[in-house]
Amino acid sequence: MPEPLIFNKSQRGQRGIRFPDSDVPDTGPALPERLLRRRPLRLPEVSERSVVRHITILSRENFCVDTNFYPLGSCTMKYSPRCNERLASLPEFTDVHPYQDDEGCQGTLEILWRLQELLKEITGLPAVSLQPAAGAHGELTALLIFAAWFRSRGEKRKTVLVPDSAHGTNPASCRIAGFEAVQVRSDAHGLVDVADFESHLDGSVAGMMLTCPNTLGLFETRVAEIARRLHDVGARLYIDGANLNAILGITRPGDWGADAIHINVHKTFSTPHGGGGPGAGPICVAEDLGPFLPSPTVEQAATGIYHLRPGGDQSIGRVRGFLGQVGVLIRAYCYIRRLGGPGLRRVAENAVLNARYLRERCRKDLDLPYNGECMHEFVLSAKELKDACGVRALDIAKRLIDHGIHPPTVYFPLTVEEALMIEPTETERRRTLDFFADVLHDIVAEARKTPELLHEAPHTTAVSRPDEVRAARELDLHFDWPEREPQIHD
Amino acid sequence: MAYLGNPPYIQEEMLHVLGLRSHADLFRSVPEALRLKGDLNVPPMMSEMELDRHVRRLAARNRPAAQTISFLGAGVYDHFIPAAVELLAARGESITPYTPYQAEASQGTLQTLYEYQTMIADLYGMEVANASLYDGTSAAAEAALMARAITRRPKVIVSQTVHPETIECLKTYLVNTDAELVTVPYREGCTDLEIVANVLDDQTACILVQLPNFFGIVEETDKLVEMAHAIGALAVASVNPISMGLLRAPGEYGVDIVVGEGQPLGIPMNMGGPYLGLMATRREFVRQIPGRLAARTVDRRGNESFCLTLQTREQHIRREKATSNICTNEGLMALRAMLYLSLVGAEGLAEVARLCAAKAHYLARRLAEVKGFEIRYAAPFFNEFVLQCDQPADRVLARLAKRGICGGVLLARFYPQMDSRILVAVTEKRTRDELDAYIEAVQQ
Repeated sequence: MPEPLIFNKSQRGQRGIRFPDSDVPDTGPALPERLLRRRPLRLPEVSERSVVRHITILSRENFCVDTNFYPLGSCTMKYSPRCNERLASLPEFTDVHPYQDDEGCQGTLEILWRLQELLKEITGLPAVSLQPAAGAHGELTALLIFAAWFRSRGEKRKTVLVPDSAHGTNPASCRIAGFEAVQVRSDAHGLVDVADFESHLDGSVAGMMLTCPNTLGLFETRVAEIARRLHDVGARLYIDGANLNAILGITRPGDWGADAIHINVHKTFSTPHGGGGPGAGPICVAEDLGPFLPSPTVEQAATGIYHLRPGGDQSIGRVRGFLGQVGVLIRAYCYIRRLGGPGLRRVAENAVLNARYLRERCRKDLDLPYNGECMHEFVLSAKELKDACGVRALDIAKRLIDHGIHPPTVYFPLTVEEALMIEPTETERRRTLDFFADVLHDIVAEARKTPELLHEAPHTTAVSRPDEVRAARELDLHFDWPEREPQIHD
Repeated sequence: MAYLGNPPYIQEEMLHVLGLRSHADLFRSVPEALRLKGDLNVPPMMSEMELDRHVRRLAARNRPAAQTISFLGAGVYDHFIPAAVELLAARGESITPYTPYQAEASQGTLQTLYEYQTMIADLYGMEVANASLYDGTSAAAEAALMARAITRRPKVIVSQTVHPETIECLKTYLVNTDAELVTVPYREGCTDLEIVANVLDDQTACILVQLPNFFGIVEETDKLVEMAHAIGALAVASVNPISMGLLRAPGEYGVDIVVGEGQPLGIPMNMGGPYLGLMATRREFVRQIPGRLAARTVDRRGNESFCLTLQTREQHIRREKATSNICTNEGLMALRAMLYLSLVGAEGLAEVARLCAAKAHYLARRLAEVKGFEIRYAAPFFNEFVLQCDQPADRVLARLAKRGICGGVLLARFYPQMDSRILVAVTEKRTRDELDAYIEAVQQ
């Protein structure tokens, strides 16, 4: 039987935890009656045991990196080391208020300062803000910095170039930052079509957002040239660092002429994905953009004391409250220090090696629309299979679940029909890659023989193919407590 | 080597399968001129044991709240976190999945989010909540963008009694758009309604207030909501979720979009994050809400099941037309909030809120009796108040610090002219002895 909603486990009078009675003299109602809650609040009434059992059972209905191969392209589902978890969870870190005086949080400030220095070295860009809460937030922050930089020069530019293979966050960030996203075509090799790129270049372009390696897993070989051409018209180059994990210690965006980059620490630096966050999206920028970074940044005084430095007149302000995703950033610091320089390089090498090996094993079974040398991920297409027997990328994804494999990213990038985007990461062993390739091979054979089996997959899970159309039409986003006491399922 | 799936000899074999001689050959597509010569200048690798020692040494340079008696607040509060919240949220099954794109492999996450959405909507007396945003501050900025999209009007009004960092964040988000941000000053700690009346017009998308406000005051916002609605603008409120155990829910007085900092709901202070952006609204606005939404539906066998819904609002489908650029949000923090609310229940939340209020009022009343101190505003407050000193506030705080008391947030930190004022927050964790110690220390 599926685990009921926690509301259906509610039992009148039941409690998880209780608080002590007040130890201060009762001085009567603290607040006037008119400000107090009238409509009573209804929350489940459950014991601690109920809550623990509920969440433990539910968590087993999830695939996760700890239990399953999770080759979700672009999301870098690498293993999250436990020493980082333990260290970041020390009460000396977690039990600190953001407005604690600097002297009472020197440990955290030193870690953040050191992390800033490390990120400068890793990206080759000399100024850092740790504030953005996730990758897309970093994108927005950097675009706001571009806008502020132009404003400081008395210029207002309208557009930002975005390749057609870009993450959806790129054009969305452009709009929120007040820019219009202009799409640049990919060429036959899956790279930026430089001629098309140049045709858009003029004085209205504020910059370009480029993912490198791109979402097909290909290195943009002409990235330095693209940077130069942008700079020629006074525009700036933003690198979407979603795939920085592929090039750690191999090559640095700063050395390409990039002006800004965000880093997804939950991808590149192994902080856990948390079922959809928290991440952190620090950004590194060129020297002349440094004064525009959000406020505050961490600084070390001549005395060796660390402190928060508020942004100056040119700072864009702040993009969230307080410092940033500190707990996540501490994990990233641990990861980088554990590995050291050569260790980071080996991460990139093995991310690429695993992807290249798996691609070699899978390309017999599905089409590889772009066969340039891939980096940490690759994109297959099920178009031929769909034309031949009506089996789509989605069906393959769902069938993989029956084999205990989390599906790859599907239908992205948009430049590939029936796309399956596969990123094995460096933390998986060869045997797992072989297993995936064998399963994929069997699934493709099944597709040709018994396509209906795939249309109805998965078969082994508690639920199969939730009705998304009905979900959007009938829109049940909230449990309504019944008038009568619900039946208890506990 | 740490964290790699394959030992070197297997890597060699794999390179061989690919017809490559070395790892360097994997990067032939990176132009030679762009490749790093040598390794990154990063300190040498450490064993787990060395790292452990290194980081614990740094940790020891912090002074955690538990080693002091803390009255710091201003948006982040030192509430009690039940053990089950910590331990369940630390499980591998909780921390290592990702966004539930594939429903069949993510029913646990999806159901939890549905439960979370229900609890947050109910807490605020609203109809729907999303599956989380980054934090309360950026959630307020998202709410302003949402109100602009709903009303198609440019002007955003914000009360000066909103947290100064929220106002700063709003400025940052709106500066490069055609929006106009108008700040309304306060009188005696409450939003000045006369000025609101002057600036509200038919170009106004929304007015944003905070409850309790930055100074801890529970403003009466009925009038303000009415004024906004009368001219077709939306009322947006940033509301402390713990206060909902005691105070009127914003849904009861007509607020259209509610946001909040979810940190008080079982999330450690962590020196600023990760936190949790709460957002709830009316059902009619659900298509303009930013972020993920989990829905209940049925699967192909007719079984109850859960999936993400209205994804056409989102960036991965809608690109530049999306309601927001948000992708990764705060799933694990939403889980913590859901666990916290389940464990304390409605009664427990009311207990916490009452304890906070009773203790804050006890401390305020006793402090007001001390010569040279007064409570700056007469308006009703919840768990936080402004202490006015007849001397520089930093001197008072230093005196308290000598007794191991972190006496509150110096308001001059935000408003330099307020150098004789302290924002004092009291949670259920403070005991009477600790409150008396505060009083005794300022009497010296």
